[in-house]
Amino acid sequence: MITVNKHHTLPWREGMTVRDVLTAMKYTFPHIIVVINGDIVRHDAYDTTPVPDEADVRVVHMIAGG
Amino acid sequence: MPKDTLRVLSEYAYTPPVIERGYAGQTLYVNVGDGRIAARPVTAEMKEKFTGGRGFDLWLLWHGVHDDTRWDSPENEIVIAPGPCGGITQYPGSGKSIVTTISPLTDIVIDSNVGGHFGPYLKFAGWDAIEVQGKVTTDGADYTDVIVYIDGPAGVVQLLAAPADCPTDSHELGPWLLEHFAPHDEDKPFVSFVTAGRGSEHARMGCLNFSLYDRKRKALRFKQAGRGGIGTVFRDKHIKALVVRTAPFKGDENNPADIDRLIEAGARIRKEIATYDAAQNRMRNRGTAYLVQIMDDYDLLPVHNFRYGSHPETPKINGAVWEARFTQGLPDGCWYGCTMGCAHTAEHHKVRTGPYQGQCVMVDGPEYETIAGVGSNCGIFDPDAILEINFYCDAYGIDTISFGTAMAFVMECFEAGVLDLEKTGGLDLRPGNAEAALEVLHLMARGEGFGLIFGQGIRRMKSYFVEHFGADPQFVNDIGMEAKGLEYSEYIPKESLAQQGGYGLTNKGPQHDEAWLIFMDQVNHQLPTFEDKAEALHYFPMWRTWFGLCGFCKLLWNDVIPPENAHTPEPAKIMGHVQNYVDIFSGVTGREVTPDDLITMSERVYNFQRVFNIRLGKGLREHDATPYRSMGPVTEAEYLSRQERYDRQLREWLNLDPAKMTLQEKMAAHRAYRTAQYERLTDAVYARRGWTKNGVPTVEKLRALGIDYPDVIAVVEKHL
Ligand code: SF4
Repeated sequence: MITVNKHHTLPWREGMTVRDVLTAMKYTFPHIIVVINGDIVRHDAYDTTPVPDEADVRVVHMIAGG
Repeated sequence: MPKDTLRVLSEYAYTPPVIERGYAGQTLYVNVGDGRIAARPVTAEMKEKFTGGRGFDLWLLWHGVHDDTRWDSPENEIVIAPGPCGGITQYPGSGKSIVTTISPLTDIVIDSNVGGHFGPYLKFAGWDAIEVQGKVTTDGADYTDVIVYIDGPAGVVQLLAAPADCPTDSHELGPWLLEHFAPHDEDKPFVSFVTAGRGSEHARMGCLNFSLYDRKRKALRFKQAGRGGIGTVFRDKHIKALVVRTAPFKGDENNPADIDRLIEAGARIRKEIATYDAAQNRMRNRGTAYLVQIMDDYDLLPVHNFRYGSHPETPKINGAVWEARFTQGLPDGCWYGCTMGCAHTAEHHKVRTGPYQGQCVMVDGPEYETIAGVGSNCGIFDPDAILEINFYCDAYGIDTISFGTAMAFVMECFEAGVLDLEKTGGLDLRPGNAEAALEVLHLMARGEGFGLIFGQGIRRMKSYFVEHFGADPQFVNDIGMEAKGLEYSEYIPKESLAQQGGYGLTNKGPQHDEAWLIFMDQVNHQLPTFEDKAEALHYFPMWRTWFGLCGFCKLLWNDVIPPENAHTPEPAKIMGHVQNYVDIFSGVTGREVTPDDLITMSERVYNFQRVFNIRLGKGLREHDATPYRSMGPVTEAEYLSRQERYDRQLREWLNLDPAKMTLQEKMAAHRAYRTAQYERLTDAVYARRGWTKNGVPTVEKLRALGIDYPDVIAVVEKHL
């Protein structure tokens, strides 16, 4: 199980990537910062960066609108 | 026909000053009632305390009106100012004007920012602001309307009688003005107009159109100062147009103190736009329309009068659809130098209704707010219908946001039986009926039938429906998405308490340009406490106010973001871009400032505007109330559509067991909790802003900001 933005949980599976988390959460907004257990993931590494079990994932959506 | 054929009612000659460090040093006063035209000095005090733009607007308006001035009083003014950085071309997004007046929707001050060339040209013609006062009195006169003409190169301001053949709708008036004021092709890029339309004559939600001449398309285009009914005030004064002409100009027309700082900051942001926009928001391809699908994905897109946040048909009106319709590959900036260029157009729209039926026209936009407002919020998922409504709103001088939100309200009233065919004059205003919505628009322009009722806006429609149609007051108050009399802009705030404050705890009403906090609050969970939310509702409204003081577009602040921003201590503030603005402001004005100084500059103006509202009999806690639909589910269908979420919240927030509750009990529990939360938020925000529990800025606060003028203190003292 992983935690996303402190409020959501997702079941973990082997080989799970940052992209899988974003897809599962329907996070389509492009201005995000992904932080896994305190480490920032580069934008171009979402498809390849694995998410470990029990991870604390923060997907910080930058303010926008208007 | 050249403009020389127009009758001059009064005239004022001046020597255009050299602009120094962003300021022309004078403002223009025009009274369209008695013909007085005068120059007024910009004092050091004005520059230091009010900066420019919205600050100058409010200062001039404050001194122009009385405590009992209403929107249609002759002494009400329309004030337009571009700000000291307005008109620079080195940094994208530096050509915005701010327009203020006392609003016919809210009876308090409205401010609306707008692109187009008028503001910068006004300054190039020698004026930091224009304030238009008075009202044309037609008794015994052989004209009914006037045109104000500012001829910078000739150094003359004229009040002209509009001849009988002068059209009113911007769609026709624009070409007419070009013909009269720029008869030769080489003149066209150097004139700009402010106009409204026939809709503004009969509705309180009138907007102003600010023109720009598109050199690439060789076409006239308009950007809108949409919010709050400024177009209504414009037509009530019987003004057909404000026209400004400038001489050909250069990029350093503002005579900045240090142009290299502007160039360096401009180079940084241009590189970011070129590098990241294609992978981020695609503003250069889609404009703000990119937000439609994203808002739907996050359950934030208003659907059926803010009942729901998403809809299966959204892909029919999302950014990809508009990208295919917008002309690509042209630099669509609303001012020179904007490489973000989000001001797109849909060309070759064949008009199928109303007076311009059969014409092939170019529609400016639609932008996100229009697509969501007249589209999803009304259950209309047809891009052609959205374009048609967008075209006519602009042509008639009607705000698309107020129109969309008010139409969504009316459609829900129709669905709920508050309205029927008899009450609407035969219009079947069920959600999704674009033809009926268009007919209301045409009726509004003609000042007929249900269009007249609709044009009064939601607040007045609610009273009308209760009084004349026997509507349940609680129901229409709950679902009518207005606060202070202004219709909501197009985001669902139900699940973000901070955004409920971002809409309600505002100066002008529920427009998201003070604060858009939904992601920080609802998605990121970065604002867990009331104090956190209050801090955000202090910082962001002040920060965003600052754009309006100086002439900037806010999109360049956060619609493209470099990756290194992620590693900064407060990524949401995008301090790298804030530093750009520090550099530009100092580079233009020569005033060295820090990021904190920018917030203080805004705080002065923001608090002054709050006091202004109190002076006009509003601006207190009771006026910051919001409809329940902005806080939670009003109808059973709304609750049931997101039952899992609402039930979970009962368990987590209130330790209740939803399995043991009726639907009505569950809804009542939500209502009690959510309304109490809003009150607690209000307390926290007022405390952070230095206001009393009644929302009044304290004398100490005003003194600390340096705006403790005797007449300002006199206003607040009555409430302390
Ligand atoms: S980003 Fe868009 S709205 Fe802002 S200045 Fe550029 S073209 Fe105008």
